[in-house]
Amino acid sequence: MNKLNIKFRDPNEIMKLSRLGSFHQSKLSFLRSFIREFKDWDYKKNAFNLDERGYGTAIYSFSKNQRNYSLVCFAQHINPDERSDRVIATKWDAAFVLHDGIPTKEDIKRLKENVPKQEVGRVSCKELTLSRANKSVRAFDHVVDSLSMGKQPDKKLLNKVGYLYRTTAVYGSGKFGLADRFRIKDRKEIYGPFRLEMMLVYLVRQFTFDQVNHIAKSKNPDKAIELDSNIARNLGIGNSTGLGMAPFIVNHPTLLHNWIYCREKALKEIRSLEEVDINELNFFKECLIKSKVSINSWITDSRYQNSKINSLKNGLIKFDKFLKNECSIKQKYLWNKIYTWAENNLENECLEYIVSMMMEPYDDIIEPLINNMSSEEEEYFTIPTHKKVSDLKKILENNYKSIIKIDFNAKDNNFNFWFISKNKEEPRVASRYEEHGAELEQPLAIARDIKKLYEKIIKEQQTNTIAEFLLKNDEVRHVVRRAFIVDQFPYSEIQDNTIGASLVPIDMLRLKLSFFGAVKFDPRSDKWLRINMYQGAPLSHEMKTSNDTWVYNVVN
Amino acid sequence: MQSFSEIDTTSKRASKAAGFSWGVAEEIGKAIRSLELFGLPGIKNLNLYLNKIEKNHPEKVNKIDQENKNKELCPIYCGVAFLDQCQKLEILKNIKFYNVNYPILILPFISKASEILGKKILVQFNKSSLIMNFNKSILSKNLEKQVIDLVDEISIEFLENKNSFSDQEWKELYKLSEKTFVEETDSLKAKGAGAGLTDND
Repeated sequence: MNKLNIKFRDPNEIMKLSRLGSFHQSKLSFLRSFIREFKDWDYKKNAFNLDERGYGTAIYSFSKNQRNYSLVCFAQHINPDERSDRVIATKWDAAFVLHDGIPTKEDIKRLKENVPKQEVGRVSCKELTLSRANKSVRAFDHVVDSLSMGKQPDKKLLNKVGYLYRTTAVYGSGKFGLADRFRIKDRKEIYGPFRLEMMLVYLVRQFTFDQVNHIAKSKNPDKAIELDSNIARNLGIGNSTGLGMAPFIVNHPTLLHNWIYCREKALKEIRSLEEVDINELNFFKECLIKSKVSINSWITDSRYQNSKINSLKNGLIKFDKFLKNECSIKQKYLWNKIYTWAENNLENECLEYIVSMMMEPYDDIIEPLINNMSSEEEEYFTIPTHKKVSDLKKILENNYKSIIKIDFNAKDNNFNFWFISKNKEEPRVASRYEEHGAELEQPLAIARDIKKLYEKIIKEQQTNTIAEFLLKNDEVRHVVRRAFIVDQFPYSEIQDNTIGASLVPIDMLRLKLSFFGAVKFDPRSDKWLRINMYQGAPLSHEMKTSNDTWVYNVVN
Repeated sequence: MQSFSEIDTTSKRASKAAGFSWGVAEEIGKAIRSLELFGLPGIKNLNLYLNKIEKNHPEKVNKIDQENKNKELCPIYCGVAFLDQCQKLEILKNIKFYNVNYPILILPFISKASEILGKKILVQFNKSSLIMNFNKSILSKNLEKQVIDLVDEISIEFLENKNSFSDQEWKELYKLSEKTFVEETDSLKAKGAGAGLTDND
């Protein structure tokens, strides 16, 4: 019985970009749920045909019962001037594809011709995810040189970089001919979102270790040693992420809702616990202590991010005092006390950090939520056109309270436009007053279009049906659909203006990346950032015995 | 081979580029995906139709009546309006559209309406008959051409839910199914659930 009657947090607050851009990884994150799901699968290095410089083909797999997923890796030479993290690049140090099953010789031949080309190649419905990555040259070369001389690499340098390779895109679900999600969605092991993307990145990490060991050995067969497991474990895979991710969270409203809803449900259930066991509190404290070590390795030149990191560090100092002096398991509803204090005394960055940490002791609350984090989006596509205009008016007034107050005639509120670039078919954002192309704006100005819809709706005969309204107003059809979705899924909509002059697009990326489980957010501008995935994660041969708190294992 | 996700996205973008609103373009993306899933030539027909209307965007539909006439009707605007109003239109039993461009493009909208209403819908044009089967499939008869650029008339009939078999056929099958049952003896009756109790309490 929930005696305190803890409520879900208000979407009008939680769905603000400043809040969403303060989210951190948690037990719900997809990297962690991937390892939990696949830890009892059999990992295998099936093929490793690289030359002495590390170029060639390698295959890794996870298998269980009759199911097999194979990562096929293609490593090649590129010139330094060809190496770019930007989406406009056409060559990469390595390209990867996750194949459904065991690839035949013909499959490998076909993939070799196409996978290194990425967007301009074609894959088939036998492939599930596609990616490419570039070396962090300074880290990679340093590791090769050290190992080939019989020495382990400099931990300080590696800790600063955090990885040997950075992926620059990971594609799934029907892109470039990949399998549509509906073909595989009933497989239990991939109920959690982005499972196969997470698998690809995990296996890529293993490839980077094997490749670096192989090159060092080839360079100096007599003297070379292998990369120490403790050092390898402390390396993840980097990722450079641009605006491609931002429209995703706008274009998948029910999926976004499910992610946030599960986080909010977990928080609500934890706050509602009347008794807290000493082991649970100690586990929380232990994770917190370990995690603070990792925070010290979050290095960035971004003023925006440094201000967030400082806010987090200062908040944690205050929180430590509170935890030490005012919290005891003798108190009823201790977690609610902790949360309420945090809400009243901490800024968003630290508040959301504490929310993530509060989940750590509660496998029983978190695990059932994981499979609810995907969405059958098509089920909610059809507009309920039999409803009345008055129903829609109510929905808009209840769910877009602050949005419908925005004045979009003010230049700053209508400043940007989102578009798809012709050369790489990637989303971009630009000022409509400084750049051309605003006439080809993508339907991502949801706040503005909702306001437009609201202005039409209030002038409309309220007893008319939505079908009648749409006959005369099809230019707002896309937001009518969204409004009826938000009525059922309150966390499906960003409660901010995504075309305002003050928009910080990386907040949208941070939201998605935090659910992935990324750490070390390192914005390189307001439009792209670098992150780290799987740092501290068990190595492939250690998965079966790993625990779920690996994310806090990072050592300096 | 293109994935269905690519078919959806590209159809949507192309339709927006051809002058449809984003909301209608979203409907078109799903519709073409659905046609292709059912094995019908969605991309082929959409491509030709969007080319046709490149310089002269079709008129929107303001209302749907039992009989709908115009110089030429847009299968997409007709389809979207039909879908939106299907619950109201059902009472008309039979609806006709005249001079419809690329009639295959109207089918996915009617198919979706069949799912919403929980009724099969019969669509006929030229010599072709197509049954929309709760949006699970489209059964076609005599749909000989991959592309039909204009039809004089499309007839849409809401079908009453009824069995496709006779009472006799059902009885025969049911009788056979009874062979999986066990005849209850007096002994079994005496030991069954509720035995020995009176319900007059």
